[in-house]
Amino acid sequence: MYTHLETAESPETLRRVVIDPVTRVEGHGKVTLLLDEENHVRQARLHIVEFRGFERFIQGRPYWELPVLVQRLCGICPVSHHLAAAKAIDQLVGVDQLTPTADKLRRLLHFGQMLQSHALHFFHLSSPDLLFGFASEAARRNIVAVLEAYPETGLKGVRLRKFGQEVIRMICGKRVHGTGAIAGGMNKALSREERDYLLQDVDQIIAWSGDAVSLARDLYLSDREQHDRFAYIRSSFMGLIRPDGALEFYHGGLRAKDERGQIIFDHLDYRQYTDYLHEQVKPWSYMKFPYIVSLGPERGWYRVGPLARINNCEFIPTPLAETARQAFAGYGAGNPVHGSLAFHWARMIEVLHAAEAIRELLLDADIMGTDLVTRGEKRYEGIGVIEAPRGTLFHHYCVNDEDIVTRANLIVSTTSNNTAMNESIRQVAATYLDGQTVTEGLLNHLEVAIRAYDPCLSCATHALGQMPLELELLDAEERVISRIQRGVTA
Amino acid sequence: MTEKLTVATTSLAGCFGCHMSFLDMDERLLELMTIARFDRSPLTDIKHCSERVDIGLVEGGLCNAENVHTLREFRRHCNILVAVGACAINGGLPALRNHIPLEECLREAYLDGIGVEQPGIPNDPELPLLLDQVHPIHEVVVVDYFLPGCPPSADVFWKFLTDLAAGREPSLPSPMLHYD
Repeated sequence: MYTHLETAESPETLRRVVIDPVTRVEGHGKVTLLLDEENHVRQARLHIVEFRGFERFIQGRPYWELPVLVQRLCGICPVSHHLAAAKAIDQLVGVDQLTPTADKLRRLLHFGQMLQSHALHFFHLSSPDLLFGFASEAARRNIVAVLEAYPETGLKGVRLRKFGQEVIRMICGKRVHGTGAIAGGMNKALSREERDYLLQDVDQIIAWSGDAVSLARDLYLSDREQHDRFAYIRSSFMGLIRPDGALEFYHGGLRAKDERGQIIFDHLDYRQYTDYLHEQVKPWSYMKFPYIVSLGPERGWYRVGPLARINNCEFIPTPLAETARQAFAGYGAGNPVHGSLAFHWARMIEVLHAAEAIRELLLDADIMGTDLVTRGEKRYEGIGVIEAPRGTLFHHYCVNDEDIVTRANLIVSTTSNNTAMNESIRQVAATYLDGQTVTEGLLNHLEVAIRAYDPCLSCATHALGQMPLELELLDAEERVISRIQRGVTA
Repeated sequence: MTEKLTVATTSLAGCFGCHMSFLDMDERLLELMTIARFDRSPLTDIKHCSERVDIGLVEGGLCNAENVHTLREFRRHCNILVAVGACAINGGLPALRNHIPLEECLREAYLDGIGVEQPGIPNDPELPLLLDQVHPIHEVVVVDYFLPGCPPSADVFWKFLTDLAAGREPSLPSPMLHYD
């Protein structure tokens, strides 16, 4: 543990180094380091600096707006928020079981999302670090340089993402912020033309997904010692799991394992999440710090997302991805894999699973059915949980007699990785930067550790924070158009 | 065309969906690379603009002091500044908070929220100051073009950038002008 680097004593005597903004991640974050005279790292923090207020401002809206409103939390994984909200409002209309067609359409949509988001993260955002080196020239660390230096690899990434986006478009009408899920089902059937359009490419996509797994695995193993050690932290892992122990993205119980792979809890009804998970507030970040209640805030933090899911599941229900998972599990030799960079490898295994599952669903007789909506008795509370690309996502809503939202709680995936990301950058700071002259390349090492988690910082900043000072906003003619309020005291 | 257009992008109070839609140009990105060069962008590791940039694309509105600072710096470096998407143009969904006192939002998240432990409102000096309301960017800087949509489609980006690269006044046919 590197918790001793969370808060330095007498910070005013230390030198501040900042990475602002953190790039090639979604949203707004910055890293601050405090160094002493000999360049020893005394403090390292990832601050989430953005704030929105979703939990408050969706109160007063009718519940049926939720899937369309809350997907605007995130442009990378809008479908995850769309579906988590839909699962919650299913309960508000008394529905626990969708029609087979609606259930499969939602799963197809979700697999499309998983595929495009993971491809985006690996190829467009992270691959420059892995292909060119963590300390390579900053001007080259982007997807354009990857397309120039490795055109075949880069183009596969672009086309994998494109396919996932096209799955979404066929179901939701557009690629980002479409409409599809409604309370109790889906709003549109899949036509034969739409299905056939996707089917024509799916075998190629599965093949490229297999290549992506090989690439991620080979990159990891190409410098096994360094990659095992980089941002190595040990943690618990949490995620949804199917009743039979299979990898599950859309619906299941909650499973948490400790750092040795022993069960903490299993197959929990996620509607009881408040008994098992609490969130700690720290003054230096707008993102809260969730933990497993029974273990307490110090020991109860955990990781979510691809690494957690692949570590936690017993098998993957599609053959090629299962073979890939076995290789991954073999690497861990019976123990959970803890190295943060292994996230990339696990993420590409999920891409392969998503591609295989999309093919299965497209060939399923139910997928073009037209029985789309189920109705039941009104309820006043709904809790929807889903495995978003970045991990377990919780949406919790209460409504009144007029169907107006009165209460909302969201725990987004990246929030669950907050402690882990901070622990990872503290590890990297202590291992690679301590006592060194800080260079741009060394600073990128910190960002590489953060990127492994594929954080979605917009998602994670649905809350609002305090203004410690006062500020006036002037327009182009220097007229005051807004004045920041003074800080609100607790 | 001898000189490539330089294109910078930034994301303020938005969801990154406009940047995703930009990437939705898919294989056309290869063609774009032949006419344009990326400068500052969350998609690159260039964290501040080079001296002069031809085109700056801004996603998101203004919700805090850092957004304002970033926008002003961005405007200074960009010859053409473009408000991209609903949030940059009119505040968008985050502006739903404008009718709610800020304190209520803070309380909901950090004091009275479900499962919140160690309640307290984050107040570290590293966290930027919040504006009491979310503002569109044209209230603070001069904006040259507006690309509507939540988000604008990849075709909109493509048409706009290729028009400019060819020296044409950009124009969007009506099917590309949508606001959802």
